[in-house]
Amino acid sequence: MNRHATIWLWRAASFAVAASFIALWQLIANLKLVSPVFLPGPDRAWASLVRGFSNGDLWSKLAGTLEHMAYGWLAASIAGIAIGAIIGSSRIMRTYVAPSLEFLRPLPVSAIIPVAIAMLGLTQAMALFVIAFGAIWPIMLATIHGFAAVEPRLYEVARSLQMSRLAVIFKVALPSASPDILAGMRLSLTVALILSVVCEILAGLDGLGHWVLLSARAFRSADLFAGVILLGVTGYVTSVAMSMAEHRLLAWQASQR
Amino acid sequence: MTTDQAKEKGKALILPLAVLLAFEAWARATHLQSDSLAPPSEIILALAGAFADFSILTATRDTLFSAFAGLAIGTVIGLALGIAFGISDTLNRLMEVTVEAIRPIPSIALLPIALIALGFGYRMEIVIVAFACVWPILILSRAAVRSIEPRLMEVSRALRLPAAQRVWKIIIPAALPRIFVAFRLSAGIALIVAVTVEIAINPLGLGAGIMLAQQALRPDLMLAYLVWIGVIGYALNILLVVAQHRLFGRAALSGDSA
Repeated sequence: MNRHATIWLWRAASFAVAASFIALWQLIANLKLVSPVFLPGPDRAWASLVRGFSNGDLWSKLAGTLEHMAYGWLAASIAGIAIGAIIGSSRIMRTYVAPSLEFLRPLPVSAIIPVAIAMLGLTQAMALFVIAFGAIWPIMLATIHGFAAVEPRLYEVARSLQMSRLAVIFKVALPSASPDILAGMRLSLTVALILSVVCEILAGLDGLGHWVLLSARAFRSADLFAGVILLGVTGYVTSVAMSMAEHRLLAWQASQR
Repeated sequence: MTTDQAKEKGKALILPLAVLLAFEAWARATHLQSDSLAPPSEIILALAGAFADFSILTATRDTLFSAFAGLAIGTVIGLALGIAFGISDTLNRLMEVTVEAIRPIPSIALLPIALIALGFGYRMEIVIVAFACVWPILILSRAAVRSIEPRLMEVSRALRLPAAQRVWKIIIPAALPRIFVAFRLSAGIALIVAVTVEIAINPLGLGAGIMLAQQALRPDLMLAYLVWIGVIGYALNILLVVAQHRLFGRAALSGDSA
């Protein structure tokens, strides 16, 4: 048997195991080992997913969550790379500013939510601020780190070519720091999803977070599980998309090594 | 500490001190009246007040209890699965789809499920923290077990150690430095998740304290809680980094990039 076939065989076996877990879940639900109020069977969760998508409810909730996540994450990426580049490319900023940022890093970012609510109220703007604030850290710190770790000889080359500071940033530092930056952006994606859900729960904004909370309050467990499954899919798909983008964007580096 | 290092530390302190002083001066000059901001001096007073009536200490105890209980449960489950998957490639491949299907669920999405199943309180928070902690421990301990020097495993086979002893005497000691790194990362996650659950819904601990202060329009107290949560996060991180260096020294560094 060749290697390819073996890999597919393992894959299939692995799917079979997952399927048997779902079957077990169905069995537990059917036998009512756990109260159906908390645990719907996979059949009911699936039916709720189909119903939600066919009448458009879940589409609009999914779109809401993706929108919060995307705007916050994009804002964090742009601001994080820009600020990170400014701090990372200057020795003075690295000595005076970077330690303060490192000090703030272990702060649980969700603790900023009450402050944001006090400033902006229970609004869309509050959610975007919180998501962007939470997602900026990994990107900014990765950019600073990436800029600091650029091969010094590249800077020397840039100096001997008399490149301007902007040219150095765009032509030397950013490309060489891009693996770090992309890794930071991938981490931020997860943070953005989590904070989107939390903000939707708190502020009642249209999205999956609000949907699962309402379903829980009304004890509609099938809808609740449908929402949680959809959030899992969202997390999975965004992270796969990010890996693919990373692969694409870094292909030139892999070929250099 | 050499004078150079001291100088570096001094330079690092200039910016935060300047910001605090400028903010204090600005707040006093404009007689700041705000629902969201308070001058640093009032924040310190509010923090002292919260210490004096023990409210912040009770909240800290509640949060840390939930975070550590969840961390302990998550570590045990994650470690058991990680070691099992690390030893048996067959098991690892068979479980791959299941693990990859559950892992991307954001821990906070489980909040409503935990809420209707367990109600408000410690239990639902602990369950969510445990769920969040399982994955990093599982992934990193699996990698740690796999990277154990193969000759150690050969020795254990030659000695005909039974499986339980092989895990206890060879695998865990050999993988421990990297497992501790995973534990350190998870401890940070545990605190973050616990505070987030409290802010989102659970009327308990520091997260609930900061939300209450916000709703009571006490920006000084709210920011005092924020500062204190930051201090706890920072202290926990430092404590674990120091423990890691003390316990494992250089051995742990090899796993730090994982």
